[in-house]
Amino acid sequence: MIPVYTRPKSLTDVVTHYCPGCPHGIAHRLVAETIDELGIQERTVGVASVGCSVFSYNYFDVDFQQAAHGRAPAVATGIKRVNPECIVFTYQGDGDLASIGMAEIVHAAVRGENITVIFINNAIYGMTGGQMAPTTLVGQKTTTSPFGRDPSTQGYPVKISELLSTIKGAHYVARFSLHNPANIQRAKQGIKKAFQNQIEGKGFSLVELLSTCSTNWGMTPQNALKWLEENMIPEYPLGEFKTGEGE
Amino acid sequence: MSESLLMKGNEALAEAAIRAGCRFYFGYPITPQNEISEYMARRLGEHGGVFVQAESEVSSINMVYGAAGAGGRVLISSSSPGISLMQEAISYIAGAELPCVIVNMSRGGPGLGGIQPSQSDYFQATKGGGHGDYRMIVLAPATIQEGCDLMATAFELADKYRNPVMVLGDGMIGQMMEPVVFPEVLDATELPPKPWATTGAKGRKRNIISSIYLDPEELDAHNWRLEEKYRKIRESEVRYEVLHGDDAEWFFVAYGTVARICTAVIQRLRKEGVKAGLIRPISLWPFPDEAFEKVADRAKGFLTVEMSTGQMVEDVRLAVNGRKPVYFYGRTGGAVPTPRSVERRLRDMMDGKVPSQTDYFDRVGGAK
Amino acid sequence: MEKRVVFKEDHCKSCELCISVCPKKIIRLRTELNRLGYHPAYVSDEDQEKCISCALCARMCPDAVIQVWRP
Repeated sequence: MIPVYTRPKSLTDVVTHYCPGCPHGIAHRLVAETIDELGIQERTVGVASVGCSVFSYNYFDVDFQQAAHGRAPAVATGIKRVNPECIVFTYQGDGDLASIGMAEIVHAAVRGENITVIFINNAIYGMTGGQMAPTTLVGQKTTTSPFGRDPSTQGYPVKISELLSTIKGAHYVARFSLHNPANIQRAKQGIKKAFQNQIEGKGFSLVELLSTCSTNWGMTPQNALKWLEENMIPEYPLGEFKTGEGE
Repeated sequence: MSESLLMKGNEALAEAAIRAGCRFYFGYPITPQNEISEYMARRLGEHGGVFVQAESEVSSINMVYGAAGAGGRVLISSSSPGISLMQEAISYIAGAELPCVIVNMSRGGPGLGGIQPSQSDYFQATKGGGHGDYRMIVLAPATIQEGCDLMATAFELADKYRNPVMVLGDGMIGQMMEPVVFPEVLDATELPPKPWATTGAKGRKRNIISSIYLDPEELDAHNWRLEEKYRKIRESEVRYEVLHGDDAEWFFVAYGTVARICTAVIQRLRKEGVKAGLIRPISLWPFPDEAFEKVADRAKGFLTVEMSTGQMVEDVRLAVNGRKPVYFYGRTGGAVPTPRSVERRLRDMMDGKVPSQTDYFDRVGGAK
Repeated sequence: MEKRVVFKEDHCKSCELCISVCPKKIIRLRTELNRLGYHPAYVSDEDQEKCISCALCARMCPDAVIQVWRP
């Protein structure tokens, strides 16, 4: 028998703490596959954030640092500046990156910091129990927007990929979705490009991955993916916003 | 040893850090310590080092966390409001047991306060400015030469104990000029290895740097393991200076800039036959209780002088433990105690009067 | 018989995402519970030959439970 798909060796052999059907696991697997394929396991250093992915260091078989809420890009900067030969990536959710960590992500991009950022956008704070995130859609109900997000008092969703693509220092900015195998495959290509860029010294790369939170959205995993496709993609269009070509 | 150079305190500390093997500096502008950043921006590159100006103090101290975790010899500097912003990450650094040196050229607070010298960050520095059970080694130089010497000590202690170390100066130490002699530049490649650092898991198990322990038993064990480390530091790393410890009856207790003023007052008093002395804590944490043990029985009283409304005096009272009277005199906000006013407080104490805490109360006839 | 699709059943959380993407509709949940307390997904021995080794299930699985081979 010829192997078609085997478990990436950069994943540790433990059961994750994520809820059933949580796309964090898919994103982890894609990052681990990328690390394997690029042969960089022995020089990769990950930075875990605060939120559901706080324990991501348990799941990648590489060196890891756990950062304070929102500060992963600053921590990654420190690591990369000390050991430029290391491949440094942050793994952050939308509460971490797009709310409390907005300054750190913007300025890491401004500096053109040669790091890779994996950004999980599921439009909600998962770990703390389903509060409104800056990425929560208009009208979306969360525990702190119980009547639906009201733009008159709570504003509109923040679009990180569009925002960062205006920054000259950012080399690669792209948004993908994890709602079906075809899109997962595209996301994988984007993640691989974001790591390859760092290996080639091209500078800051960020991949935004649209994801779900079936637990806090109150849906089955399958229905959550359908909701993502029907509601999030129109608000957060997929594609490569910045590819560094022609610069 | 090289020749004596006349240098500004901030620049001298920066040079001392480079000579102590510091190759990574992260900063954000704030008065009165900008010369440290500016010096590092100019000079660190000559030694193969890296200078980064961050977008905020919050970010700069988290860069320190990353760089220290990656095995670098790291310095950060700021002044009081900036140090306040760093407290979260200092707690993380202590919790994750990472070595780094933090310079605080403190200025008057609270809030935005002022930009003149102050010692009102004593509580923040020594009592855990951030959350959780942790301790930071705090070293307080009184001269620029001592600041430079302590800079090397600070990096050694940080590595030895895997703990943040603060060099606590004030605007005066940072801004004045004094002659200073530096040691030769330390070969940064010969520093002890850091096998715990996140440098890529080649030929070893992966390293993880973290301060999260959700299991209460694990966190309890972690905290008591840290406390055991702090106990060793208390036993081994106390630093202080005593002037006239052999015969003094009346002791000033002061650190940093104020200790210099007290020293001048003691010289004058001694000419008039007053047996005055000084206890000058150099390590503010661990606090030098033993200095008081040696003199408490003979001493008639202690006058703590600070550029604050009374912070270190609490540790002095704990050390003296009711055996002798402990009084306080302080100025704040950049006002510096004058030798004359300091001397008057000591004479009040000798006359059996309670010295006024501050010149402000003298003027308004306020609380004694 | 060599299997084409193998499940690490101890890691499965019965999210059913593999079931939703299988073009041959051969993945089912066991009635028994695994050690995590979930009904793990599996493909029966008799259905193994119906598997076309497309690996969509493995690419969809959030828990890296599934490995796929082809003859």
